[in-house]
Amino acid sequence: MVNVTLRVNGETRSASVPPETTLLRLLRDQFNLTGSKLGCDVGDCGACTVIVDGQPVNSCLMLVGQVEGREVLTIEGLANADHLYPLQKLFEHFGSLQCGFCGPGVIMSAKALLDENPDPSTEEIRDALGGNLCRCTGYTKMIEAIKGASCILRGEEAPLVKSA
Amino acid sequence: MTTRFIGKPLKRKEDPRLIQGLSHYVDDLNLAGMHYAAFLRSPYAHANIRSVDLSKARRASGVVLALSGTDIDGAIQPVPCAAQIPDMKSGARPVLARDRVRFVGESVAVLVASDRYAARDALDLIEVDYEPLTPIVNPEKAIAKGAAPLHAGQKDNVAFKWELEGGDLKAAFKAADKVIKQRIVNQRVIPVPIETRGVLADYQPGEGQLTVWSSTQIPHLLRTQIASMLNFPETLVHVVAPEVGGGFGTKLNVYPEEAIVAYLAIQLGKPVKWSESRRENFQATIHGRDQIDDLEVAIKRDGTILGLRCRVIADLGAYYQLLTPLIPTLTGLMMTGCYKIPAARMEITGVFTNKMATDAYRGAGRPEATYLIERVMDLVAAELKKGPVEVRRKNFPQPKDFPYATPTGLIYDSGDYQKALDMALKVADYKKLRQEQAKLRKEERYMGIGISTYVEICGMGPSSAMPAGGWESATVRVEPTGRVSVMTGSSPHGQGQETTFAQMGADVLGIDPSQVQVVHGDTSVVPYGIGTFGSRATAVGGTAVYKSLQKVKEKLARIAAHIVGSDPERMVFANRKIFAKQSPKKSVAFGQAVSAAYVAKTLPAEMEPGLEATTFFEPTNFTYPFGTHICVVEIDAETGDVKLVRYVAVDDCGNVINPLLVEGQVQGGIVQSVGQALFEEAVYDEQGQLITGELMDYALPRASDMCWIEAARTVTPTPVNPLGVKGVGEAGTIAATPALAGAVADALAPFGVHHVDMPFKREKIWQVMSKNRRRVQ
Ligand code: FES
Ligand code: FES
Repeated sequence: MVNVTLRVNGETRSASVPPETTLLRLLRDQFNLTGSKLGCDVGDCGACTVIVDGQPVNSCLMLVGQVEGREVLTIEGLANADHLYPLQKLFEHFGSLQCGFCGPGVIMSAKALLDENPDPSTEEIRDALGGNLCRCTGYTKMIEAIKGASCILRGEEAPLVKSA
Repeated sequence: MTTRFIGKPLKRKEDPRLIQGLSHYVDDLNLAGMHYAAFLRSPYAHANIRSVDLSKARRASGVVLALSGTDIDGAIQPVPCAAQIPDMKSGARPVLARDRVRFVGESVAVLVASDRYAARDALDLIEVDYEPLTPIVNPEKAIAKGAAPLHAGQKDNVAFKWELEGGDLKAAFKAADKVIKQRIVNQRVIPVPIETRGVLADYQPGEGQLTVWSSTQIPHLLRTQIASMLNFPETLVHVVAPEVGGGFGTKLNVYPEEAIVAYLAIQLGKPVKWSESRRENFQATIHGRDQIDDLEVAIKRDGTILGLRCRVIADLGAYYQLLTPLIPTLTGLMMTGCYKIPAARMEITGVFTNKMATDAYRGAGRPEATYLIERVMDLVAAELKKGPVEVRRKNFPQPKDFPYATPTGLIYDSGDYQKALDMALKVADYKKLRQEQAKLRKEERYMGIGISTYVEICGMGPSSAMPAGGWESATVRVEPTGRVSVMTGSSPHGQGQETTFAQMGADVLGIDPSQVQVVHGDTSVVPYGIGTFGSRATAVGGTAVYKSLQKVKEKLARIAAHIVGSDPERMVFANRKIFAKQSPKKSVAFGQAVSAAYVAKTLPAEMEPGLEATTFFEPTNFTYPFGTHICVVEIDAETGDVKLVRYVAVDDCGNVINPLLVEGQVQGGIVQSVGQALFEEAVYDEQGQLITGELMDYALPRASDMCWIEAARTVTPTPVNPLGVKGVGEAGTIAATPALAGAVADALAPFGVHHVDMPFKREKIWQVMSKNRRRVQ
């Protein structure tokens, strides 16, 4: 067993777990944060994407030993009590999800992109979603939503009708 | 009814929980004292099991139970198959293999431990003594003379023969100016929902109640099957499909794990959970397609198609799942596509091989049909040196021909194929595309334009044509507070029925969609229903909802008319009020009329109290959506890389409840189909090992593989249901592969090539180009 202490969604959390525990398991099993999903457990699908110290990571690939003292943001930490985060709002507006299983990972990848690059091109968005598999939607409405959210985050008006 | 919400792009009611990570899929559910199941799976495609030794595993720390096929012999019935074909051989799958394994990934033993890791670790302690047998992987070799039968007591590996013939085929081939022959292969693909399967079961010995949460498209059918497989009273089985992370047909099935996990929970008196790993999902969740089609087409010089003959080898895998034998027969029904072909015949040989079963993967038999007939149209065009548009137009039935009877025995409900084609040509600016292509060819750049005009069979369907009931149920209950509950048997997994059915409720009852709650997936709350598949949720499930809404509305109109002293026939529902059409002052608040139904003091004489109605809607026919997809590719002459440049989709799914959701279905379907066309392929090696058994090796389309999809619609309502809706869940998957195949063949036309089998991987295309280059120059 190892003891681990880290910050998750702005709160300090600790747990004692076997050393082979992944960050994803820690979040889901110990902290009951089940928003991050397990789609493959080997880094191929992106359903488990969270942001660690500003970087998007596949939490299924990160072991507890690597997260000591770090700052983790998960899908549950994105909205505050009264407001959805712009990305979430725009995903809702465009109906970007279907079954939703890939959604938390996609939204966290998009958040990391927009933090880094506030005005991404369609190509840059496609690239940033390169590690996130979605089998339902065909990605189109996600890209529209991410574009829209980038406008809002830059303080511009979002194109709420479909772009081409 | 005034439609304030139907037809509008309302935001999805499902989304707030999904975008915040607050919804619960099976693996997100945890119960106190929960244990974990793990399955030991065969590493061999074909082997006799000499013995299974569980003694070490049973002694491992944390393990509470370990069972082999012998241990549960007789306690759990084999996997059910609902599809029946005359004279089909038995291909029943035992829930755990006992004497023999027949595909890699077949379960041999199961164990339960107190935690997930202990369960997985203990699998390594199980000792199985296998006697490997020669695997039979290739379906043509499987039915060749001398091939050993997979199933004991059978003389060969032919599971069934099925044939269908309509029209005078002999005469058609006699009258033909030309006969074209071609073999096409529709490769095996793997559906890969991003949520794998999962089961959680809990048994309460006191009450005798068994609850099973499963990631399923068919909670009620699953309940019936679990009860039958375990010989357990159905009344005490409660099945819940919580949030389901994509199905695509894979979860329209009953799997060994569902029955076994329920059985383990009963045996242990503890909750037991099983979460499928991605590898297990590749190996042991149903696959799709896998047909070899030998075609002969009788044509006239002017492009008229007189007759079509198809011989199909359908690779079924080792066993039947729920609908395995049925799927290729749907290809037969739809083989003439959207063309007036007077005579057609299909002979299907269903074949057992040492692979996972094929079954209903999004489109289920119809993508194969559309692929086949659209390839035919392109081959005819190439043979006669005509354009692909011209040949298609030539053979379309006209709008006045509907309802149109096909030689395969179907009645297409409504259609205007011409109109969708015209619109697609316009959106794509087809003429200009051809000019551009000619220009690029001079520069030795290979652009290809592919066209697919399709019709599909949706709204499944009349019970007479379905293996196990084609109706759907819905209950509408207006609660005493005026909130409306809609209970639907069409349990969704991403389609958005919570939104569309709320739109319908709001319009029928003159209230806001926020007042309508759609409940699904829970067999204790929802009346017996069928499920979501075959693009049926809106056409069949939605119609059941609509009819129940009408019944409740009629009752409310009578109550309101009674209160204000007016004629029930003339009551109007709008803005949370019910009022007389001629004198709107004669009005009752919606809530007041509802409350009257429950307080029951001011009801019309002889009216029952309460406000609830149930409908079991039985459609009279399938529905037949159609459309035209056009796709443009460019092939890199150096590498063979196929790049998707443009994609235009014009679909006609009849009336639309929510265009946002329809767009999403179309886009998602297209991308799935692009996956099959460009890179997806389930590859088993000669030993029957699944080489493409991880996401690393089985390429799914990613965001960067796609171009923008330009979508438009024509609207031809169906007369089959009062909503005029046809269904759209599978359109994209059905239409897109032939569009891509057509585009690739068109790009390769300068090389004298008119057909290449999918997937269009760069090595394959490069080889085709280099092999044919010299011949052409
Ligand atoms: S679960 Fe982490 S990448 Fe798939
Ligand atoms: S919405 Fe289903 S996987 Fe993306």
